Amino acid sequence: MTEQKQGKEPVTHAMDPKYFASQEGGRRLKLSDEESCINIRDLKLWYGEDQALKGIDLMIPSRRVTAFIGPSGCGKSTLLRCMNRMNDLIDTCRIEGKIEIDGEDIYAPKVDVPELRRRVGMVFQKPNPFPKSIYENVAYGLRLQGVRDRRKLDAVVERSLKRAALWDEVKDRLHENAFGLSGGQQQRLVIARAVAIEPEVLLLDEPASALDPISTAKIEELIYELKNDYTIVIVTHNMQQAARVSDYTAYLYMGELIEYNDTVSVFTNPRKKATEDYITGRYG
Amino acid sequence: MDKLNLDQHISRQFNRELEDVRNRVLAMGGLVENQIAGAIRSLIESDASVAQAVIDGDGQVNAMEKEIDEECNLILARRQPAASDLRLVIVILKTITDLERMGDEAERIARLASRLAEGDQPAHRYRELGRLGGYVQSMLRDALDGFARLSPKVAVDLARADETVDAEYEVIMRQNITYMMEDPRNVRRTLDMSFVARSLERIGDHAKNIGEYIIYLVEGKDLRHAPVEEMEREIGGGGKESESP
Repeated sequence: MTEQKQGKEPVTHAMDPKYFASQEGGRRLKLSDEESCINIRDLKLWYGEDQALKGIDLMIPSRRVTAFIGPSGCGKSTLLRCMNRMNDLIDTCRIEGKIEIDGEDIYAPKVDVPELRRRVGMVFQKPNPFPKSIYENVAYGLRLQGVRDRRKLDAVVERSLKRAALWDEVKDRLHENAFGLSGGQQQRLVIARAVAIEPEVLLLDEPASALDPISTAKIEELIYELKNDYTIVIVTHNMQQAARVSDYTAYLYMGELIEYNDTVSVFTNPRKKATEDYITGRYG
Repeated sequence: MDKLNLDQHISRQFNRELEDVRNRVLAMGGLVENQIAGAIRSLIESDASVAQAVIDGDGQVNAMEKEIDEECNLILARRQPAASDLRLVIVILKTITDLERMGDEAERIARLASRLAEGDQPAHRYRELGRLGGYVQSMLRDALDGFARLSPKVAVDLARADETVDAEYEVIMRQNITYMMEDPRNVRRTLDMSFVARSLERIGDHAKNIGEYIIYLVEGKDLRHAPVEEMEREIGGGGKESESP
């Protein structure tokens, strides 16, 4: 009896398609099963007179990769920027609606915006390391927070660079200028800088569009690793990249959310013709 | 031009590639239809020269499969198709495998027919096999028609027809057993006839498969191995919501 039981369990794990289905990769994810991280409700945004977002409702799940796709000017970067209030920096920008991260309204008056941006890190299309050493780039956020302890800084720098899959390439030249790194390495350095301050969410705005295929593959691999610890939202023009790295895909067009579903469904059998036309390169 | 809007890509070269590969599948299907028709005729008419033509023709079917295969590989490598384009390429790759196997069955029937032609025509003149052959020929015709028109409904018809073919096959096998018991001198011929029946039945299975691929192509649903009733329920509701944003 016991023997049978012992024999049975590994078999169910190895052979049961349901078990496989719950794994990454082979799994068909469902939004309704997910734990919510960011909740966007009826979000409207204007740049002066122009309405860039026309009432977006979207739930971004925790510790998953969510991709925003859509043609230029559809509002995907704008939407991304709303999530750490980067749009506050634009004078003419006006926002209505609600964004909650872990149930907390990030546009509430009492919100500490620098603290919000610590929790919600951002990486841009063009790598933007500071004109400092590799080490200082990664340690920058902690120093801002007043951390002086050298041992702690060393530990965080090493851990962050390892997480960004850059450590092996730079460990012998940590104190050289960051501009000496290649574009792909700089982008991973920027990601290391972002993860050094332990954010909850990482916003990636076309993180690989200026990189060669090898660096792109490294960034994609990194995204795959990072989603174990962070909620990741990525904007990309590269459809294959969205298909490869994301768990969920949102298609935006002219400031509206057209379709939002698990990535497999969106790329094999989208519900809306407009989505299909976009991802298959048809004029809609 | 059709539900898949193959002619609406921004890249016109891509339109041409998809259209071309799709037409080639239909051409290959036509060739396989001829092969099967020839094989059945060679049997019924005990015509060894027709049988030989079918045997020689199989090389062309194989060559077409390889060509279409390569074309699909190029499309996958160059275009990274998604959604309906991806489903089309996948479905074509699967369909041509089934077509090629049907071609092999036709060749097998032709070889058996050419051996059977060496003996006398039996009194029944392969009437039952001729009828079974007629069934599976019309199944293939429907499958190719369904592929050309992107009509998932043919899958239901094909699944039903396949049930008939299976029943018909059982009848033939029972009859063959009777022939063999009646006179042991019939055994050789009756075994060959059984192999022919088996090949025809397999052709029906392949046609049914193609029907299932068409469902996947048009609706994005995998209904292989599903009961006919489920197929009927599931198809027809898969149109895209096309409200403009």
